[in-house]
Amino acid sequence: MQIALRFYVIEVSKYVITLLMVLYTSLAVTCNITRNKKVFSVCSSFQSGLLLVLMFLCFLDMTFVSGKEEYLYLFAFITLFLFFMITIVSIIYDRSDRQLLNNMCMLSGLGLCIVSRLSFAKAFRQYILTLVSFAFCLAIPFFIDRFRYFKQLLWVYAISGLTILSVVLLTEAKVNGANITFTIKGITFQPSEFVKILFLFFIAAFLCKYNSFKWVFLSAVIAGLHVLILVLSRDLGSAVIFFVTYVLIVIIATHNYWYLLTGVLGGSLACIVAYKVFDHVRIRVIAFTDPWNYIDDQAYQITQSLFAISNGGWFGTGLMQGRPTDIPFVDKDLVFSAICEEFGLIFALCLLILCLCVFCRMLMLAANIADKFYQIVVYGIGIMYIFQVFLTVGGTTKYIPLTGVTLPLISYGGSSVMATYFMFFIVQGIVIKSSHYMTGYENKKAEADTTVY
Amino acid sequence: MKIKKPKLIQQYIDSSARNKSRFHIYITMLVFSALFFGMFVYLTVFVSTSTVKLYNNSYNNRQEIQYKNVTRGTIYSSDGEVLAETRTDENGNEIRYYPYGSMFAHAVGYAVNGRMGIEDSANYYLMHTGASLSERVSNGIENVKNPGYNVKSTLNVRLQKVADDYLGMYNGAVVVSEVKTGRILVNLSHPDFNPATIKEDWGAITSDPANSQLLNRATQGLYPPGSTFKMITALEYYRENGENWRDYHYLCDGSITHDDYRVSCIYGTVHGELDLLGSFARSCNSSFVNIGLSLDRNNWSKTMNDLYFNRPLPTDLLSGVSSVYVGTGSTDYDIMQTSIGQGRTTMTPLHLNMITQAIANKGIMMQPYIIDEIVDEDGKVIRNYEPKEAGRVMTEQEAAFLTELMIDVVKEGTGRNLQNDHYTCAGKTGTAEFANDLNESHAWFTAFAPAEDPEICVTIIIEKAGTGVEYAVPLAKRIFNTYFGLE
Repeated sequence: MQIALRFYVIEVSKYVITLLMVLYTSLAVTCNITRNKKVFSVCSSFQSGLLLVLMFLCFLDMTFVSGKEEYLYLFAFITLFLFFMITIVSIIYDRSDRQLLNNMCMLSGLGLCIVSRLSFAKAFRQYILTLVSFAFCLAIPFFIDRFRYFKQLLWVYAISGLTILSVVLLTEAKVNGANITFTIKGITFQPSEFVKILFLFFIAAFLCKYNSFKWVFLSAVIAGLHVLILVLSRDLGSAVIFFVTYVLIVIIATHNYWYLLTGVLGGSLACIVAYKVFDHVRIRVIAFTDPWNYIDDQAYQITQSLFAISNGGWFGTGLMQGRPTDIPFVDKDLVFSAICEEFGLIFALCLLILCLCVFCRMLMLAANIADKFYQIVVYGIGIMYIFQVFLTVGGTTKYIPLTGVTLPLISYGGSSVMATYFMFFIVQGIVIKSSHYMTGYENKKAEADTTVY
Repeated sequence: MKIKKPKLIQQYIDSSARNKSRFHIYITMLVFSALFFGMFVYLTVFVSTSTVKLYNNSYNNRQEIQYKNVTRGTIYSSDGEVLAETRTDENGNEIRYYPYGSMFAHAVGYAVNGRMGIEDSANYYLMHTGASLSERVSNGIENVKNPGYNVKSTLNVRLQKVADDYLGMYNGAVVVSEVKTGRILVNLSHPDFNPATIKEDWGAITSDPANSQLLNRATQGLYPPGSTFKMITALEYYRENGENWRDYHYLCDGSITHDDYRVSCIYGTVHGELDLLGSFARSCNSSFVNIGLSLDRNNWSKTMNDLYFNRPLPTDLLSGVSSVYVGTGSTDYDIMQTSIGQGRTTMTPLHLNMITQAIANKGIMMQPYIIDEIVDEDGKVIRNYEPKEAGRVMTEQEAAFLTELMIDVVKEGTGRNLQNDHYTCAGKTGTAEFANDLNESHAWFTAFAPAEDPEICVTIIIEKAGTGVEYAVPLAKRIFNTYFGLE
């Protein structure tokens, strides 16, 4: 009887997991669209329940397939953490955005789940790092709410950001052909993940203060420096993210769409130059345009990724029943292929819709922020997040050339997870801060209304 | 709650700048949603179209998952005979068993040391199971593998056996297809090998390149088409001259000389006074060289291109590319050689079969295929392969004209051996010289029957056998007789 149960779980769980994910995603979409507060809070609570069941099924499935009980222990730890996070954040910061929090937990949980499928030891490290990141992040909204001098520090952001990037480039720690990491006492950092935040604060502060053409040009030079250093250290993905974020922020800051045209032209030109000058750029393009002829060499990674996605089909092979570990760097840059293979395409598409929900939520929050600086920061974080998702998912599926960035919150990698947590909690902090303003405004408006009558 | 910075709020909320920012934010949302939507469509199309194809790639190691869980499915002939099945011995070892030995070596193929034939093209289905949930659970409990899907091929055991017996020790190939559908009934290639012992024989097979046992000559072998190519020369003549072809006359004195080049008729036969019917029926080289020299080279080249020369055939079968060249660069000598299917012209037997099939099918070429349907263990059809048209390659009048010529070959000319009271046959013989010695020539024959309402189409090549009349026509006769139940 027990054995039968085990096999039923192994065979059926993938369909149930897909169903739960579809449900969860539709609730997330509903919450994003609805203006009814009651619907919003009911859906949000329901989401937490779904998250629990979904995670349980995933880990139960892995336990049954592998025959190892430690997956269930890991499940217990992860669920405890996620619920602790949801509870404590909503208690301490009652004005924080519940949807953002829920979806962050969901993505984090799924990330831990897929990483533990790929490597149990890595999952454990990832879990610890997530805990540490959360501990840091808990203070961020408080800090943002009280600290007043973010706008004044603009040169500090730029100089520290550029310094960090240059130091990494010069120390030349070679990882996967890309000089992007930093090792201190056995712990490896990828500083470009953190410089993203500094860069964002710099651009926002700078363009809030000065937005005449002369100053925009100066900001472009500084942004270009960031991008150039990233390209030189072969971190193409981050370079593109910095560039796109910068261009979009310039437009929201100046409302001048000519900058978009300039940005597109400049970007295309830069692409052509990079293609001509850099070998590593050409290799990516070759692997994109003609993968099957370079299958055993430059295009090995992308073709293995395509095999995984096609093998998954609609419902996937079921956890631990595919071969995602055939793909090089599957736990980092190509984690989306592993999700496609074992969870199936429907689940993977739901995941992408969830990412879009997170992005749209951030932008809708940004639209309601009165202060331009904070609006730009939230907007920029949204862009960085979704564009990174687009780069990695598009790259692994051969929709665009592969650039090698992580899937935020899901991929294995301490810096990536930590930086993404920072970003999410900065958004929460700004939301809380501006909700104070908003309340003040509404009170004032109410007063004004009464005086009219 | 107190208002902390009322001044700041005032500054932004009342300005139109805020609305502009909002507009920009919503546009950004739309743009990224559109980008993602494009990706959704792309991914959906990718997964629904490429799963079967990518599974077969030799760099894809995912088959190993199925080896653990699935027993490879069975391949059947169209008459229900088992062509390949996996048997499990008492020790639990799986053995791929081929009841007909080497007879279907190339058509069904093998699945160790790489793959070939149906074992290759249907690999995805053979290695995936259609077992229901409860079956899979009970198989899992009993630690038994799930059965893979079974494949029903279009192959016909009786016809294949006739061809195999006749071909015997000769090298060569036979293709038999169904005229109206393009289903392949016979795909035979000699020399062959035993798929059951391919792993043990691998070294011997691959160390003998001259013999090329692994080459499927029926679909990939490239041969000079010889006189069978006169069908194409005649087709171009008809396209340029229309119904005036009946006025064509030629006096054959056993050879033709043009610009110091001389082409002789076979055995130096003097055919005498001939019209086009006679030239074709008696396969007069001199007359066809005469015709070839009169043709417009650009139009001729286009005709051959439309018939799938110099480009891949419209089929999922692994096939070779036939080649021919007629154009501004060809000398008169090249043209003389090409008119009679010699020179640099090469064709696969499958291609010749497809052209014959198109003639029989009133000008519409069908895509040849070898898998009828994929069924699960209970016989439920999972996937059904429908006949597909490759397109119209000639008009109905042109097909009727060629049919008339080909009927005459059997009635009056080189295919007289096929005359009988039961069915009318239409065909063309060929003797392809690949060396100067007549004994060193390939025997060709391609034909369809019944000529009034064609059902099957037979193409035969026997290497180094001599003339098509003597060696290939009798085999065609046996195949037709077997198909029509006369033997």
